[in-house]
Amino acid sequence: MIKMAVKIKPRQVILDTQGRAVENFVKVKDVATKLVRARVGKYIELEFDEPSVEAASLEAHKLCRELLVNPLIEDYELEVLNK
Amino acid sequence: MGSKRVVVARFPGTNCDRDVFTAAKLAGLEPEFIWYRDRFDTSAYQGVFIPGGFSFGDYLRTGALAARTPLMDSVRHFAKSGGPVLGICNGFQILTESGLLPGVLVRNEKRRFKDAWVDLKLVHENPFFGPKKVPATEALLPDSKSITVRLPIAHGEGRYFTTEDELKLLYDRGQVWLKYGENPNGSVDAIAGVTNLEKNVAGLMPHPERGMADWMGSCDGFSFFLN
Repeated sequence: MIKMAVKIKPRQVILDTQGRAVENFVKVKDVATKLVRARVGKYIELEFDEPSVEAASLEAHKLCRELLVNPLIEDYELEVLNK
Repeated sequence: MGSKRVVVARFPGTNCDRDVFTAAKLAGLEPEFIWYRDRFDTSAYQGVFIPGGFSFGDYLRTGALAARTPLMDSVRHFAKSGGPVLGICNGFQILTESGLLPGVLVRNEKRRFKDAWVDLKLVHENPFFGPKKVPATEALLPDSKSITVRLPIAHGEGRYFTTEDELKLLYDRGQVWLKYGENPNGSVDAIAGVTNLEKNVAGLMPHPERGMADWMGSCDGFSFFLN
């Protein structure tokens, strides 16, 4: 079993409303006052019944392209969790 | 073209399906519901309506899961052969996610669900859906381009977004269909509706099926069901 993590971030060109909500919260509550930027994305864990990391990565990239990520507004990173 | 059979798409979480069905009937069409797991014979129908709602609970991204269902395979096939397809609200989101329309719809600028009546300006008319520009010679108004349509909106993720380059292309190719008089959600260039290059696929965030009679507040929605 190969475990992988997909980290999806809103692209810089897009106004990240959730990130802005976090930034605004800091202004209202007196916490983490040095915060200058917050970006809110998604974290997805995937498990593949594949023998190799290479095969699982291929599958994961395919899934990202076909479903999990919209490249117009999001960027993603893939990470292998059990090497 | 004897048949007036049209598809009203249904996904888990679609909630404007009955309204769209009724609107299509009012306009003299013969609507039929089709479930997301089913495909349909694309030669048997004259049009497809994808109603609003929260298909698949808006999970992952709005319209993302609905866009990849068997029903949408049929819709894609229908659209490629020139069949008219209209996506309303979540239906618009599904069409952008399925690659049939350019751009994407993201959360409103002010993060608030917007429920209001809006005035829309017709930019480029669509041969299948919505208002038509009056020929200049017959126009009563001095500026025949200033056609406005009044319809309600109800969405949390209706901010139309596309890159600057793509936006320029949309204008050059006449794909910008409708624009808001007053931008309610931060859409790029106040865009409320777009079409594909061939003009047979169209999507808009406002709800024409909620403006079908004067008692509803407007009857401007009628033209969206008369092809």
